[in-house]
Amino acid sequence: MAENTPLVEMRNIYKSFGGVHAVEDVTIDLFAGEVVGLVGHNGAGKSTLIKMLSGAYTADSGKIFIDGREVTINNPRDARKYGIETIYQTLALADNLDAPANIFLGRELMRSGYLLNDDAMEAASREVLDRLRLNLPSVKEKVVNLSGGQRQAVAIGRAIYFNAKILIMDEPTAALGPEETAQVGELIHQLKKEGLGIFLISHDLHDVFDLSDRVSVLKNGALVGTVHTADVTKDDVLAMIIAGKLPEVATTPKSAQA
Amino acid sequence: MRILRLLTGAWSWLFLLFILIFFEVWSHVTYGRTFFGNIFNAQSILLAATQILMMALGLTFIIISAGIDLSIGFIAGLSAVTMAVVIRALDPHLAPGWSFLAGISAAVLISLIPGFINGWMIAKLKVPSFIGTLGMFGIARGAAFLIADGATVSIRNPVAREFGNGRVIFDLVPIPVLIAIIVTLTFHYLLSSTKFGLYVYAMGGNYASAVRAGVNTTRLTIIIFMISAFTASLMGLFYTGRFSAGAGDAGEPILLNAVAAVFIGGASLTGGSGTIIGTVIGSLIIAVIQFGLVFINVPPFWQFVAVGLVIIIAVLIDQSRDRLTGMSGQEEGA
Ligand SMILES: Nc1ncnc2c1ncn2[C@@H]1O[C@H](COP(=O)(O)OP(=O)(O)O)[C@@H](O)[C@H]1O
Ligand SMILES: [Mg+2]
Repeated sequence: MAENTPLVEMRNIYKSFGGVHAVEDVTIDLFAGEVVGLVGHNGAGKSTLIKMLSGAYTADSGKIFIDGREVTINNPRDARKYGIETIYQTLALADNLDAPANIFLGRELMRSGYLLNDDAMEAASREVLDRLRLNLPSVKEKVVNLSGGQRQAVAIGRAIYFNAKILIMDEPTAALGPEETAQVGELIHQLKKEGLGIFLISHDLHDVFDLSDRVSVLKNGALVGTVHTADVTKDDVLAMIIAGKLPEVATTPKSAQA
Repeated sequence: MRILRLLTGAWSWLFLLFILIFFEVWSHVTYGRTFFGNIFNAQSILLAATQILMMALGLTFIIISAGIDLSIGFIAGLSAVTMAVVIRALDPHLAPGWSFLAGISAAVLISLIPGFINGWMIAKLKVPSFIGTLGMFGIARGAAFLIADGATVSIRNPVAREFGNGRVIFDLVPIPVLIAIIVTLTFHYLLSSTKFGLYVYAMGGNYASAVRAGVNTTRLTIIIFMISAFTASLMGLFYTGRFSAGAGDAGEPILLNAVAAVFIGGASLTGGSGTIIGTVIGSLIIAVIQFGLVFINVPPFWQFVAVGLVIIIAVLIDQSRDRLTGMSGQEEGA
């Protein structure tokens, strides 16, 4: 039964800005241990949709369910309370600080009263980065000296240390080289094994197709459809993005199959 | 590469050692006497370093946060004249100890006002710190001269004189130096071991990520500008104590040296780095150069040239350090 309850369901979501219908009647869902790609042209409404989950915007209408229970998300703090964390591609890390300081920034472990517990934060960081299969020569290294993939791992480490269940990654590999993109792929694999659900957002299908279990395609604010990547080809999904039409093997959402 | 990085990190220590040895050798060869082995010389250097350090200490917080505080020179002056004016007014009525206490308390409290306004302007009104504190530079200067009526305010208070000139611990350590050591250790722990200090680094490294992590940057900015005003006000107190007179321009000549001390100590122009220990070393380097040049009879104006050169060297080393870390990043990526 729990197996069939999605981690997240956003149902019949609407959002407009003045006269612009940025998101119209969109329904998507995400299961534990699953990666769902959210794709579509620039301006299709991906960021707007996902910002209603991360608490940056509130929906005009529609419902959000977490573990089957309806919730109200009015701000990022609410989202965090439900285990939703967003990994920003930029702005996420303080370059001049080391990995533990970045992972714990704003939620430091204290020794007693006013003193920081550097040892405990270092040990906890090492543990959480181990979970992500990230071997840093030294966790005390400033993150400016880390590679792009390692920096992503630190940002993700920050989220999972605080028990995120749902990760939102907006264009996670846009600024990375092929090697680092592979590293991020590894990370995502590891997170799936831990049972997290991940929304991967990209305007470029090639970035997310191979990493995703399903992709949801948006066009002009509306949902074209959701397909299992195992059932379709990249070209099928490209047709959905460009022409807005479903492929022959039109698939129903996973939740409806159950 | 690693050794080079280590060297650039420790260069200020090595440089301090180098100039001490240089002046010591010069002094022996030319005059046949010791330079810093002489207790009077050592005390004079430490007193000069203390003056610079008091202004540079609070400034270290500001520069790490990626800001600047140009107003501290005249905040020190404001503190110096306030202390003198209050003591002068109260001395006929109170015991010297009490008028001294009233004088230093009033001076510190008055100095915190421009510090608060600086922080508030910069955090709330989003005035760039360079411009905001330049404005406060003018205001504090005007206020200092107004309070002193444009003159030097002399006092005759034995407690104040002892405060500025006394020696403790076997008659070896000047009182201002002792106070400076205590204040410096306190701020060192604040910056290196507390949440507050970490947030100053975080704010200077990446303002947006600090905000996103829930750091109250407005409060933090106001507090660090008040710290900057506080340590500058201590410089003013030492001045009035030492000379038994307060002057509006007591701190103005020290400002540039204080800025230099922070950068020589390893802080970066772009914020996010710097340490209290580094600032202490920077202050010592400048004090040794100044005193040493006078000692070996170089005309005093060469001090400015020498300190200017050291600032340029410090900035060059800071940049090469950035290049080195950039290179090592590539090594690890490949
Ligand atoms: N804050 C906003 N104010 C006004 N219009 C917005 C705002 N955010 C997004 N939009 C509009 O909503 C539409 C969807 O944008 P967005 O969600 O950013 O698309 P995507 O992330 O898919 O590129 C666009 O037409 C965009 O101009
Ligand atoms: Mg977008």
